[in-house]
Amino acid sequence: MDKVVNDFSIIVGTKNGSGSSTANNTILRAIFKMGIPVSGKNLFPSNIQGLPTWYTIRANKDGFLARREENEIVIAINPDSFTRDLASVAPGGAFYYADDIKQPITRADIAIYPMPVKQIVRSDQSIPNDFRDLVGNMVYVGILAQMVGIELDKIQAALNFHFKGKQKPIDMNLNMVKAGAEWAKANLEKKDPFYLEPMNKTDGLIMADGNTAAAIGSIFGGAQFVAWYPITPASSLAEAMIDYLPMLRKREDNKHTYAVVQAEDELAAIGMTVGAGWSGLRAMTSTSGPGLSLMTEFAGLAYYSEVPIVIWDVQRIGPSTGLPTRTSQADLTFVNSMGHGDTQSLILLPGNVNECFEFGWKAFDIAERLQTPVFVLSDLDMGMNQWMSKPFEYPNQPMDRGKVLWEKDLEELKGNWGRYLDKDGDGIPYRTIPGNKHPMSSYFTRGTGHDEYARYTEDAATFQRNMERLKKKFETAREYLPKPVTHMTDGAEIGIIAYGSTEAAINEARVQLAKEHGMLTSFLRVRAVPFTPEVDEFVRTHDQIYVVEMNRDGQLNQLLTVAYPESATKFLSVAFGDGMPASAKWVRERILNKAESVGFVKETLMEKVASNNGAAEKGAK
Amino acid sequence: MSQLPMAGAPANVNLVGLAKNDYRGNPTTLCQGCGHNSISNQIISAMYEMNVLPENVLKFSGIGCSSKSPTYFMNRSFGFNSLHGRMPSIATGGLFGDHTLKGIAVSGDGDTASIGMGQFKHIMRRNVNMVYIIENNGVYGLTKGQFSATAERGLQLKKQGTNPYMPVDICMEAVVTNATFVARSFAGNPKQVKELLKAAMAHHGIAVLDIISPCVTFNNNETAYHSYAWGKDHEEPLHEITYIAPRNEIMLEEEMKEGEIREVAMHDGSIIILKNLEKDYNPTDRFEALRVLEESERNNWLATGLIYISTDKPVLSETYQLVDTPLNRLAEADLRPAPDMIDKVNALMF
Repeated sequence: MDKVVNDFSIIVGTKNGSGSSTANNTILRAIFKMGIPVSGKNLFPSNIQGLPTWYTIRANKDGFLARREENEIVIAINPDSFTRDLASVAPGGAFYYADDIKQPITRADIAIYPMPVKQIVRSDQSIPNDFRDLVGNMVYVGILAQMVGIELDKIQAALNFHFKGKQKPIDMNLNMVKAGAEWAKANLEKKDPFYLEPMNKTDGLIMADGNTAAAIGSIFGGAQFVAWYPITPASSLAEAMIDYLPMLRKREDNKHTYAVVQAEDELAAIGMTVGAGWSGLRAMTSTSGPGLSLMTEFAGLAYYSEVPIVIWDVQRIGPSTGLPTRTSQADLTFVNSMGHGDTQSLILLPGNVNECFEFGWKAFDIAERLQTPVFVLSDLDMGMNQWMSKPFEYPNQPMDRGKVLWEKDLEELKGNWGRYLDKDGDGIPYRTIPGNKHPMSSYFTRGTGHDEYARYTEDAATFQRNMERLKKKFETAREYLPKPVTHMTDGAEIGIIAYGSTEAAINEARVQLAKEHGMLTSFLRVRAVPFTPEVDEFVRTHDQIYVVEMNRDGQLNQLLTVAYPESATKFLSVAFGDGMPASAKWVRERILNKAESVGFVKETLMEKVASNNGAAEKGAK
Repeated sequence: MSQLPMAGAPANVNLVGLAKNDYRGNPTTLCQGCGHNSISNQIISAMYEMNVLPENVLKFSGIGCSSKSPTYFMNRSFGFNSLHGRMPSIATGGLFGDHTLKGIAVSGDGDTASIGMGQFKHIMRRNVNMVYIIENNGVYGLTKGQFSATAERGLQLKKQGTNPYMPVDICMEAVVTNATFVARSFAGNPKQVKELLKAAMAHHGIAVLDIISPCVTFNNNETAYHSYAWGKDHEEPLHEITYIAPRNEIMLEEEMKEGEIREVAMHDGSIIILKNLEKDYNPTDRFEALRVLEESERNNWLATGLIYISTDKPVLSETYQLVDTPLNRLAEADLRPAPDMIDKVNALMF
């Protein structure tokens, strides 16, 4: 049996609330420490305790870290999901299970490893009774480590990090890992081909979740005011701010340069954020779909009264309450025109954890420069799961506080200014900030019709003029928005456009499409709406463009079709939303299905190369 | 520029060198005789007399007739006319920008007690440093005469018929939600409105001022609770109220009243003096406050005056232990962590 090294997936089935996350994170971190590219995804229910929950870990020597739909190693700890877990093992795979689960083993095509978890825990007399279930999870860590080759010192390093150097819990957990490993060594015979071996492919990289990255990025952006209301999957973003602000913004006088307010609901959360943005603070809120729906009226007010704020939307799948713990990219068209009347939004679309950090600080610069709400659309998979990433980079430009007039500016202007006057011809007016003591500093902010001096007016021409200026401001915005990331392939006539967390799955699928089906693709990942000129260029230079996204209706495809009506027939929507993170398989199969429907002929790359060579030879003759 | 009084300044100028005109706003567009206009005028007078710099005040409102009125006073103050029922959240966030500023908010009974009930309750919990005026007329004026949540049961309006629901008592709601200053007045009693406004301005925390302000167009039937005639007949002041400025300012030319008086010391050193009319009313006792509100409702009285006050609670900006410099004056060096912190952060990402 040939060894399969550093290229397989593990899934652990446990009960929600049983404390398995420490064990799963330990496996993930230890593999990362071994230098092997790895990702971890928590597939959890909307529940506090008792329902089945799974954690998947993918190790891949080539760095493909999207979700896979097959798992070679399945660890079953939960009797309620035992049958399902057993059935899910890929043929030739391995099945580890807690041997107190007395259910029939119905598979002969896989390696079966019973684990006496309870017995091993009981054998360690030093563990207090109420810790046994919790620490018991470490038994499977130890058995797996022994069987696939996870190094114990790396597990120790992971535990050391997890428990922040506290010796007692480190020892208690590590002893259990060792007991599991020793038992496996003495009692289990390896019958499957899956191994981990050290590499050096994670040197200099970090592991982080997108919500933490976004929070820390926002802090480096000088965030001063956060108002939020708890909602899965966004809560951990605001909570990370509460965690990291004291450390990163510590002062000698122990006073605070920031405030984080848990509001009574999302209406108030964004209302406070708008108030704080209006009074000159770098203000933000974070939420998910249902909260976003509530925030709509304030988004419209902030757009029209031109108040800079940042709104993070960690997308989960809707409509309505939907599946609160499942991922999605289905808020795009809603956010794009979030509000009644002619409302437009600036949207940033981070594609990975590193960009969550980067857009964390950049969003404030863009919001203050353009005096408008900036939405940052992340998703549950990016926000709550652990991703390998380049380290965060310190902001490479000073803060842009935009066009603000303080006392000395007003003195120079002799108080002659208008809040909504387009002085520079770019659609962006100047603003003053409450607390300004100049007697001409004040203006009256309103969601009602207003003229260049913020005075109420119902004059038709004035109203229309202001709306046209706002439109011009959005044209100006394009130069301030992040440009797309492109992966160009020589000779590719087919393009793929996507955004956000699907990048990992798409890049893996592109390799498969080229190798196995002769389909060469270039890929553009959009990072902002409205689209920047680089997107125009990509659309213009590709004949067929697959638009890949995690929703039912092809929302990015809709926006592209509207933005590029003359190219509308080039766009082929590959949209799918079931709440699960994209996998290379679903991207590949759906692109191929779509391709066949428009006449693409599947052939392998070798065939394609051969036929191309043939054509070339013919041409030569 | 306005700041300090100059020697030989004209007599019509206050201690910060401003004339009363400097406190005015745009001409009102509300109906002639509207109680709200009378309140705007008293705000102008109170601010002038208290030597408040308009630049130190932020005006807030929601949507409705009442919420239009911040444009009718203090043009030199920043203002935000926000969304229906959402003024409290805008004000809460807005006042974080500069904790040295004071908020004056004007809302209505629809804006506060119907659509905005939730935010109204929560701004009191947070003790935001703001005067929260409710111009209460029991009716929706701007949409031409529908019942509001403070309209009494049995009220008859032209197109709406008879109101079948019990009313919300704004002062009762404020007291039970731990507001630190709760008062009620009647727009037809401008002197009391002004003294309560001054006390509310001097209060360090949220000051809820429920002012019955008759709608001359849609709800001024003389049997209606929110009408001028009813208000005049049923007003039952708890006390006469006099506001005395802090000692370092020039005292107002008002005699200290004889008789049963109760002084309440404010955070800034000013005092309000309550002269009790009928009973020894103690506005620092929440139990008493609730009793008086219940009693006046049973007796069909309009109890006016300072109903409740508590002067020892921290305001929101204190709860958050903010730096002395207003947050919106902080520079990049105060806000962006130093470059070496990025390595510390990356070391934690594992």
